[in-house]
Amino acid sequence: MREYIIKRLLMLIPVLFIVSLVVFSIIHLTPGDPAAVMLGETATQAEIDALRQRLGLDQPLFGQYLNWLGGLFRFDLGYSYFMRQPVAEAIRDRIVPTTSLALLAEFFAIVTAIPLGVAAAVRRGTVTDTALMGTSLLGMSIPSFLLGLFLVLIFAVWLRWLPVAGYAPLQAGLWPHLRYLILPALALGLIQMALIARMTRSSMLEVLNTNYINAARARGLREWLVVYRHALRNAFIPILTIIGHSFGVLVAGAAVVETIFNIPGLGQLIVNSVGRRDYTVIQGGVLFITLIYLLINLGTDLLYGLIDPRVRLGRR
Amino acid sequence: MASTGLTIAPPRPSRRRGQTLRRLLGSRMIVLGGALITLLVLIAVFAPLISPFGPYEMVVQQRLKPPSALHWFGTDNFGRDLFTRIAYGARVSLGVSFTVALLSVAIGMLVGLYAAYFPLLDHVLMRICDALMAFPSILLAIAIMAALGPSMGNVILALVVVFAPSLARTVRSAALVVREQTYVEAMRSLGASSLRIIWLHIAPNTLSPAITQGTFVFAEAIIVEAALSFLGVGVPPPAPSWGGILFDGKVAIFTAWWMTVGPGLFIILAVLGLNLSGDGLRDVLDPNTVKAAK
Repeated sequence: MREYIIKRLLMLIPVLFIVSLVVFSIIHLTPGDPAAVMLGETATQAEIDALRQRLGLDQPLFGQYLNWLGGLFRFDLGYSYFMRQPVAEAIRDRIVPTTSLALLAEFFAIVTAIPLGVAAAVRRGTVTDTALMGTSLLGMSIPSFLLGLFLVLIFAVWLRWLPVAGYAPLQAGLWPHLRYLILPALALGLIQMALIARMTRSSMLEVLNTNYINAARARGLREWLVVYRHALRNAFIPILTIIGHSFGVLVAGAAVVETIFNIPGLGQLIVNSVGRRDYTVIQGGVLFITLIYLLINLGTDLLYGLIDPRVRLGRR
Repeated sequence: MASTGLTIAPPRPSRRRGQTLRRLLGSRMIVLGGALITLLVLIAVFAPLISPFGPYEMVVQQRLKPPSALHWFGTDNFGRDLFTRIAYGARVSLGVSFTVALLSVAIGMLVGLYAAYFPLLDHVLMRICDALMAFPSILLAIAIMAALGPSMGNVILALVVVFAPSLARTVRSAALVVREQTYVEAMRSLGASSLRIIWLHIAPNTLSPAITQGTFVFAEAIIVEAALSFLGVGVPPPAPSWGGILFDGKVAIFTAWWMTVGPGLFIILAVLGLNLSGDGLRDVLDPNTVKAAK
């Protein structure tokens, strides 16, 4: 197991290096002078030169990269001249809303997907199965931002049950906090729900065909006991993996949904920064979310390796 | 040994073509998905014949009118006919996404095949692919668009960077299997050039997984393109794109539900059609993965 962990960590190094190169080049890919683009058309040459100097854009490219990389190790992601605060600070303030949203979305996805997936597997080939799997394919075909708009239309504009957009911090109370997050979490979670339901179904089908399930049935155990205690437990490992990966996708995918619902999370921070060409924030935000995404996936895979020895043996 | 080596010929895809076509048409998913896509393409191509309006034609008196016999999907905040804009928007959205899928397949084949054939190149190329795939796709697309600025060409470029790596991986893993086949070894011992082996003998056998994956990329590209245009960093207005119309619709969501429902419906139909086709293609062209998945 230790070897497997070390191998996975070593594999991360070249990936992180290239990721840092890509993020670093965002600011240099802009056609023209990034400092001039950031300041807009009204800026004078003196202002542009001053910003170039502050951003270090007047130094050679290689030196700029080293400086930037060195800063990363000190949690220094640069300074946002638009927000007048360090980028790391701006990101820190945005972590809680995004995490709340992703957790709630994951919760919705899990509590609905697993029972539905089990139901489809148990009733394999019946109308229920076809209907559930058809619905899940439809669910996977609705982009989360579109579903968000539809939910706003139905529950906020027509029924007026929930707020159109906005955010209340947890300090304002649990219900006000959740009230604002229900619609965005549903919008964000549906695709993952469809994926988890499909994985639950296929994993359950595999287990339901095994001898020990037949044996459990032959012993006269009640069907729900066989399904939930004997089959689901053994089918759970691949389901757990897809849940782990889905959390990374949820954190990353929150960008568009947060923008629609005006939630002050990481995604909204990045999208807003694109509009005002605040490149240091875009770089810091994209790098931060990508790191989180990578770490969640790595953690999931390591956990998988820990639970199921076949994984770490097979890959060696 | 040498004489048997000479008689080994790669399987010719042409011999099975009729059979494959029959199997493709036998799949309900492909027929249904293909029909949806064909319908949308027809609407896009014949937009000027279907609609009496122009996509940029504004009638101020007709602002934000609900669906009617004249305006099937209603009108937008400038009094433009929404059905017309969505139909012309299909040209933009489907055109951009199809180009992205095509380029991703082409680049994916190039990278995947050479990576599978040359181990040293493999290490470099696959680490680059890993890194690009490490980014959440929507974020990478937003970041590239932030750097390049909104335009249709840049959307295509950004999405190809996002999606080509997954195709390279698909093609590579298929090519790795083919590379170990006896007939490739036979070709090599006959002195065939790498170029010939790669493109004439390995490439055709990676085409099925590449096309299947390409179909999913087509669907995914529609979603990401719409998201980018919705966020204002994709295809710039006034060009009609589904995401752009949704953006206008969000502003008017209290007064004009049809501006959200119309383009939303088209996006869902397009993505659903492609996902159905992709699932069907995988079942027919790639029976092994299906067995593993079921």
